[in-house]
Amino acid sequence: MNDMIEIRWHGRGGQGAKTASLLLADAAFNTGKYIQGFPEYGPERMGAPITAYNRISSSPIRIHSNIYEPDYVVVVDDTLLESVDVTAGLKQEGAIVINTVKENEEIKKLLKGYNGKIFKIDARKVSMETLGKYFPNTPMLAAIVKVSKIMNEDEFLKDMEGSFKHKFAKKPEVIDGNMKALQLALKELKEV
Amino acid sequence: MSIRERLSGNEAAATAMKQINPDVVAAFPITPSTEIPQYFSTFVDNGLVDTEFVAVESEHSAMSACIGAESAGARAMTATSANGLSLMWEMIYIASSLRLPIVMSLVNRAVSGPLNIHNDHSDAMGVRDSGWIQLFSETNQEAYDNLIMAHRIAENKDVLLPLMVCQDGFITSHSIENIELIEDEKVKEFVGEYHPEHYLLNRNEPIAVGPLDVQTYLFEHKYQQAEAMRNAKKVILEVAKEFEKLTGRKYGLFEEYKLEDAEIAIVCMNSTAGTTKDVVDSLRERGIKAGLLKVRVFRPFPAEEIAEALKHLKAIAVLDKADSLNGVGGALFEDVATGMYINKTTIPMASYVYGIGGRDTTAKDIESVFSDLIKDSKKEKIENPYRYIGLRKE
Repeated sequence: MNDMIEIRWHGRGGQGAKTASLLLADAAFNTGKYIQGFPEYGPERMGAPITAYNRISSSPIRIHSNIYEPDYVVVVDDTLLESVDVTAGLKQEGAIVINTVKENEEIKKLLKGYNGKIFKIDARKVSMETLGKYFPNTPMLAAIVKVSKIMNEDEFLKDMEGSFKHKFAKKPEVIDGNMKALQLALKELKEV
Repeated sequence: MSIRERLSGNEAAATAMKQINPDVVAAFPITPSTEIPQYFSTFVDNGLVDTEFVAVESEHSAMSACIGAESAGARAMTATSANGLSLMWEMIYIASSLRLPIVMSLVNRAVSGPLNIHNDHSDAMGVRDSGWIQLFSETNQEAYDNLIMAHRIAENKDVLLPLMVCQDGFITSHSIENIELIEDEKVKEFVGEYHPEHYLLNRNEPIAVGPLDVQTYLFEHKYQQAEAMRNAKKVILEVAKEFEKLTGRKYGLFEEYKLEDAEIAIVCMNSTAGTTKDVVDSLRERGIKAGLLKVRVFRPFPAEEIAEALKHLKAIAVLDKADSLNGVGGALFEDVATGMYINKTTIPMASYVYGIGGRDTTAKDIESVFSDLIKDSKKEKIENPYRYIGLRKE
C-alpha cells in the first residue's frame, strides 16, 4: 500500500522548523508509522531561510532525497512568502499552512495562483498566550496534524504530552504551556 | 524481541557504540559525524558505558590514541568525516599495518576543497587502498548493524585489520527514521570480549610495536596485509550468517535487488540504493526489467562475485559519489570493470559520477540513468562511458 504523505517545512533558522519536523516524525512513529524527518542543511545562520522535510507511510520508506512534490507545506514565517517559492511542486489536492495575520486576499496574492487549500494560523498569538514567548513551532505542529489528518487530534495530544514530559524532564513547568499551545492552535486554525 | 525505535544515523551509530561498550573511544568533532562522539560522551558521563573517552585535540591524535589503545590490548573506536579522515591519513596506514582492529564510524562527506560539509564519498575513496575494511550502509539500520558486526570481523585472527562503517552524511546521519535495535545483553554476547593474542600490556610476552621494517621484511608484511584482506571476505560472510540468526536480517558482500532476471542494472552504494529500489519497482510496473546491485563490502572488493552477479545483464551503470579525477571514471566503476574483465564478461557499462558535495539525487535522476541503459543495451560498444548525473552544464 502506497499511502506516503510528504511534507515540506519552510522557516527561518532559530524558529524550530527542524525541531517541529522531528516532533511530527516522533508523533507519527508513535502511531506505528514509518517515518523520515530531516532538515536540508545549508549555510545556516539565525534568521536565514531553512527547509525541513517529513515522509510518513504505512510501509518502509526507502527513498533518500529531498521532497519536490509535497502533499503539504508548512510556512513558519510569513516573510518567506515574498522570497521563497513555498508552493513549488505542491500538489493541488494538498494544502499549505501559514503562520500569518495577513488578510486572505493578500495571502492568495502572495501564493501566485495556488489552487489547493490554504490555511492560516496566528502562531505568535497562540504562543504568546500559552507560553509567554514566541515559539511558533509548537502551534504549527498542531496545525499540520489537523490539516493533514495524519492522526486524530486526541491521539496526537495524548502522545505529545508523553513526548513533552520526556523532552522537558528537567523543565516540567513548560509542559503545561506547550500542551495549551497545541490545544489552542487546533482551535485557531482557519481556512483561507 | 527487537526494540522498535526511531533514530538518526548518528544516533544509531552512537547507540551501537554504547552497546559494544569499547575500552577506549578517542575522537575529535567534525561535521557531520560530530554527534557520534557528542552522544557517546554523554553515555560516558551518565555511566552507561565504562569506556575511557579521550577528547583529543585533532583527528591525527584521535587515530594515534586508538592505535595506542589497541596496541596495549584494548578495544578502541572512533568517528570522523572528510577532512578529519584526511588529517588521520598518516595514522590510518599505521593502524592497518600494525594489524590493529580499530573500528571507525565514517560519516561520508566531501573532502575539501573547495570547502563543503555535505555528502559524497570522496573521504572513503581517498583511503580505499589503506588496508582498512570498508562497509557501506544504505540506512541508519545498516549503519547500526554493520557496527555490531564490525569487531567480530576485524578482530578475527585470520583478519586483524581495522574497519570503517560508512554512511551518508546528513542524508542518513541527520535523518530520523525507523530502526530495529537489538537488546543490550544480546549485543554484548554477540560482540564478545576482546582477547588479543599479542599486546603491549602483556608482561609475560614483551613485544615491540612499530619498529623499523627494512628491505628484507616490508614486502612480506604487506603481503600478509593483502592476505588478511582476502581472508576478510569469508569472515564477513560467517559473521553475517550469525547475525542473521540473531536478528533475521540478512547481509552479504552486496545486495541484489530484482537483479536475477534484470536486463539493465545500477551498481551503487549507501543511501542512493534506497531511491534506486523505488525506481526499479516503478520501472518493473511498466514492464522494464531493471535491477540493482548495492555494494556493502567495498574493501575487500568482491570482484569475482559481483562479475558473476552481473554477467547476464545487457547494460550496466556504476554510480560513484566521488570523482576520481583520473580521466577514466569513478573508483567503484573501475573495480567493477576489473572484475568483469578478469571474469571474461564484456557488457556495455558506463561510469556515472553523481551527488558531489551534497547535490541531491532524485528518483528522476535515477530514472534518467535507466533510460540511458535501455539505449546502451542495444549497442555493441558504449559511447562516452564517463558520465555525470545532475551536473549543471552552464
